[in-house]
Amino acid sequence: MKTKRYFSKIRTLGKALLLSSLLSLSMSGGLLAKTNLLVYTAVEADELRLFKKSFEKKHSDISIKWVRDSTGIITAKLLAEKRKPRADMVWGLAATSLLMLAQEDYFQGYAPKGVQKLVPNFYDRKHATPQWVGQRVWIGSICVNTILAKQYQLPTPMRWSDLLNPIYKGHVVMPNPNSSGTGFLDVSAWIQMWGEENAWNYMEGLHKNIAHYTHSGSKPCKLAGAGEFAIGISFAKRGANMISKGAPIKVIAPEEGVGWDLEAFAIVKNTKKLAAAKKFADWSVSREANVLYNREYAKVAYPGVAKPVANFPNRIVARMIDNDFEFAGNHRKQILKKWASKFSSKKTK
Amino acid sequence: MLSDSTHSNPLFAIWKKGTRFLQKDFQTNLGGFFTLSLAVAVLCLVILLPLSFLFIKSFQDQDGLFIGWFNFAEYFSLLDEQGNFIGLLEGLRSFPDSAVAVSLGNSLQISLISAVLVTSLALLYAYGLSRTNIPFKGAWKVVAQIPILAPSLLPAISLFYLFGNQGILKGLLMGESIYGPIGIVLGEVIWTFPHALMILLTGLSLSDARLYEAAESMKVSKMKIFFTVTLPGMKYPLISTFFVVFTLVITDFGIPKVIGGDYSVLATDIYKQVVGQQNFQVGSVIGLILLFPALLSFYVDRRIQRKQVALVTAKSVVYKSKKNPKLDAIFLVINGLIASAILSILFMAAFASLIEFWPYNLSLTLSNYDFDQMDGGSWEAFRNSLEMAGWTALFGTPLIFSFAYLSQKMVGFRRTKNLIHLLSMIPLAVPGMVLGLAYVFFFNHPDNPLNFLYDGMTILVLCTIVHFYTVSHLTAVTALKQIDSEFEAVSASLKVTQLVTFFRVTVPICLPVILDISVYLFMNAMTTVSAVIFLYSSDTTLASIAVLNMDDAGDTAPAAAMAMMILMTSACVRLLHLVITRKMIARTQSWRK
Repeated sequence: MKTKRYFSKIRTLGKALLLSSLLSLSMSGGLLAKTNLLVYTAVEADELRLFKKSFEKKHSDISIKWVRDSTGIITAKLLAEKRKPRADMVWGLAATSLLMLAQEDYFQGYAPKGVQKLVPNFYDRKHATPQWVGQRVWIGSICVNTILAKQYQLPTPMRWSDLLNPIYKGHVVMPNPNSSGTGFLDVSAWIQMWGEENAWNYMEGLHKNIAHYTHSGSKPCKLAGAGEFAIGISFAKRGANMISKGAPIKVIAPEEGVGWDLEAFAIVKNTKKLAAAKKFADWSVSREANVLYNREYAKVAYPGVAKPVANFPNRIVARMIDNDFEFAGNHRKQILKKWASKFSSKKTK
Repeated sequence: MLSDSTHSNPLFAIWKKGTRFLQKDFQTNLGGFFTLSLAVAVLCLVILLPLSFLFIKSFQDQDGLFIGWFNFAEYFSLLDEQGNFIGLLEGLRSFPDSAVAVSLGNSLQISLISAVLVTSLALLYAYGLSRTNIPFKGAWKVVAQIPILAPSLLPAISLFYLFGNQGILKGLLMGESIYGPIGIVLGEVIWTFPHALMILLTGLSLSDARLYEAAESMKVSKMKIFFTVTLPGMKYPLISTFFVVFTLVITDFGIPKVIGGDYSVLATDIYKQVVGQQNFQVGSVIGLILLFPALLSFYVDRRIQRKQVALVTAKSVVYKSKKNPKLDAIFLVINGLIASAILSILFMAAFASLIEFWPYNLSLTLSNYDFDQMDGGSWEAFRNSLEMAGWTALFGTPLIFSFAYLSQKMVGFRRTKNLIHLLSMIPLAVPGMVLGLAYVFFFNHPDNPLNFLYDGMTILVLCTIVHFYTVSHLTAVTALKQIDSEFEAVSASLKVTQLVTFFRVTVPICLPVILDISVYLFMNAMTTVSAVIFLYSSDTTLASIAVLNMDDAGDTAPAAAMAMMILMTSACVRLLHLVITRKMIARTQSWRK
C-alpha cells in the first residue's frame, strides 16, 4: 500500500517536473526568439530604417541594433574597443577603415552566399575567405550654390585646381578628414592622383580659401544648399538629395578625377551572434539588398542592378579614380595625423 | 609597563586623539554613526573616486600602464614625429605655435570678454530692476530667465540664422564673420546672462539705505553715489559674478561647437580628443586643465561668501528707490534693449524651426519636428530626456535633501558632518565634461564591482544628479538652517526617534524647498549637454545631444526644433512649479505668518 502511494507520489512529481521543464523550455524559447545583432555603421539614419525593415521582414528572429556615427568616429570607437569588442558586425563603413581594422585582426572571415557574383574588386580577395565585402560606392563631389556664385561672380569650378583661385577665399567649406570619411576620400584621392608632395601643396593652397572645416561630410553640401557658403566639398548623393529638396545647387565631379570609397561590411571576430551575423551578411550581398542600395547611390557591388540616380553628375562614374584601397587603408592613420598637425589649428592659416 | 609603552607610542596618541570625538558620539548614537558613514561613503563613491580615476588616467596609456607625463607631452606638442621627447627648452620655444597654446589663448580670450560683458550688462539690468521705478518689472524678470530654459546650443543656432551669411541681421557685423570669437561671445553672453543677473539682484537687495540717505543729505550727485556707494557695496557680488561666468564660458562646449567654426577652444579640444579620436588619455589631460579655472572660481567664491556676511546688519534699512523719471526712462531703454535681444534669440529659433527650407523657401511647416526622419535625432531622444530628467528629480531630490539633513541636524559628529558638507561642495568646481569623463573611467572599469551602474539610463541619471548636486545641497541647507534645532531636542526628550521627527516635522516644513530642488534638477537634466556627452549610448540618446548631432549633420532647422521642444518643456515645468508652490504655500505654510 505504502509503496504504491510512494510510487504515485513519484509519478506526480515526475509529471510536475516534466511540465515545468517543458514550460521553462518554451519560455526560454520565447526569450531566445529574437537575436539582437549590434551593428556599427556610418550609413545615414533615414536609410538605416529601410534596411532594417527589409532584412527583418525576411528574418523575423533577428533584430538589428544600429550604432550610428560618422566614419571617423565609428573607426575610432572600434579601435578603442579593440581589446573587448562590443559590436557583432560593422556594416556600411568605409572599406579603407575596414582594411586597416582587418590588419589588426579584428574580423572573422566569411564568404557570404553569392559573394562571387559581385564585381571582383569590390570585396577582399587577399584572404582565402573575405574579411570584408563591399556594398556600394560613395563618390566625392563639389556642391556649388548657383545663386551665391552669381552674386559673388564666382566661376563654376570644373577642376580641383580651380579651387586654388583666390576668388574663392572664404567661400569653400570642406569636411575634416579626421572625423569624416568623405573628407578622407578626397585627401586620399589627391595623394593617389598627384603624389604626396603635390597633394600636400594643393591642400595648403586650398586651406587659404577654406572658410572652415566641418565635422560631417554632409554638412558642406547642406551649407551650400542653404546659401551659407557658395562651395561645399561633399559627396554626390548628398548633392543629389539637396537638388531634389529644391536647393539651388549644381553637383560637380572635377575633371582630374574624383575620390571614392566603398561602403562595406565585416563580421567581428569572436562574436557570440555568428549565425545571425552570417544571415545578415548573406542578405547584404543579395540582389534585393543591392536594389535598395541603388535607390540613392549610383554604383553598387552587384553587377547589372544599378540604374541611374536622379541629379547625379553626368560622367561621375567615368571620373572615379583607380582607387588603391591597400594604400589608403595602410596610410590612413599617418595621413590623418599629418593633416591634423597642418590644418586643425587656426594659427596656421 | 606594557600599557605605558603603548600609550607613549606617538602613533597611538594620534590615533586616540583622532578617534576621541568618534568614541563619544559612537557610544551615544550608533545608528547615527552608521547613517553618516554611509552618506560619506556614497559621496566618496560618486564624487571623489571617479575624479581620482581621471587623475590617474592622465598618467596611463590606453592599456592602463603607467607612462608618466607622456599624455601631457603629447597634448603640449613636446613629442617629435617618432614620439620622442623633444626637451623642455625646445618645447618652450615652439609652445606659442602649438595647438594647445592656440586653444588655451582662445579659451581665455572669449571667457574674459564674455565675463566682462555679461557682468556689466547684468549689473545695468539688475540696477534697473531694483533701484529704479521702471514699469513691468515682473515681465523683465521673466524674459531674463528664458535662456536658462534651453541648452546653450539654442542661442548659438539662433545666431546662425541672425548673423550667418544668409542671416537677417548680417549687416550689423560689418563684414565680420559670425563663425568664430564674435559668435561664441554673443552666444555665451545670452546664455550666461540669467546666472549673472541672479547673483547681482541678490547683491543689490543686500544694501543699506542709510548709506544712500547720508550721501543724499550731503548733496552728492547720483553718478558719484553709484561709484562711491553702490559699486563698492557690490564688490563681492561683482567678483563672484565675473568668476561664475568665466567658468561657465571656459567649460561650455555647445556654443563653440555650433558657431565657433575653426576657432578651437579647450572645451571643444576635449570633445575632439575623446569623441573624435577616442583618445581618452589626452582627454583627461585637458580635463585636468579645465579644472583649474573652475577651482579658482570656486575658491574666490568661498572667500567672498565669508566676507559678505557683515554687509547687512540688524540696523540696516531696506533701500526703497525714489521717483526719478529721467533715470527710469534711461533704464527702461537699457532693459528694453537687453530684453529684446534675448527675445529675438528666442523668436529666431522658434521661427527657424517652422521654416520649410531656409532661405529659399520660407513657407511654414511642421516637418522639422518630424525628428524620426533626421540624422541623429528622434522623438525617442525627447522621450529619453523626459525619462532621464524625471528619474533625476525623483532620486536626486530625496538623496540630496536627506544628506543635507544629515550634515545639519544630526546630534554630535561635528567633523563627519563637516566632511559631508565639504564633499557636497566639490561638484560645483567640476565642469560637466570632466565629471562625465571621470565617470567613464571609474564606472566603466571592468574590475569595478559597481560597473553594473554603467548601464544606459542609470549612469546618465547618476552623473546628472552629481553634476547639479551642490546648488541643490545649498538650497536644502539654507532651508534647514531656518528650522530651529529645538525640534530635534524636544523630540528626543519625548522619546521620538529622529527619523520620525524628520518625516513629521522637517519634511513638511521644507516641502516648498524640496519642490524647488526637484524642479531645478529636472530642468537642468533636460538642458545639460556637457555632463552626458560622453555617457550616452545609442539607446539613450537625449534631446540635447540630438540638437548637437543634428546640427553636426547640417540639419540646423530640426536642431532648432528640438531645442524649442526642450525650452517649451522646461517652461511648462517652471509654470507648473509656480502654480503648485503658490497653492502649497497657501495650504501648508500658513503657520509662517
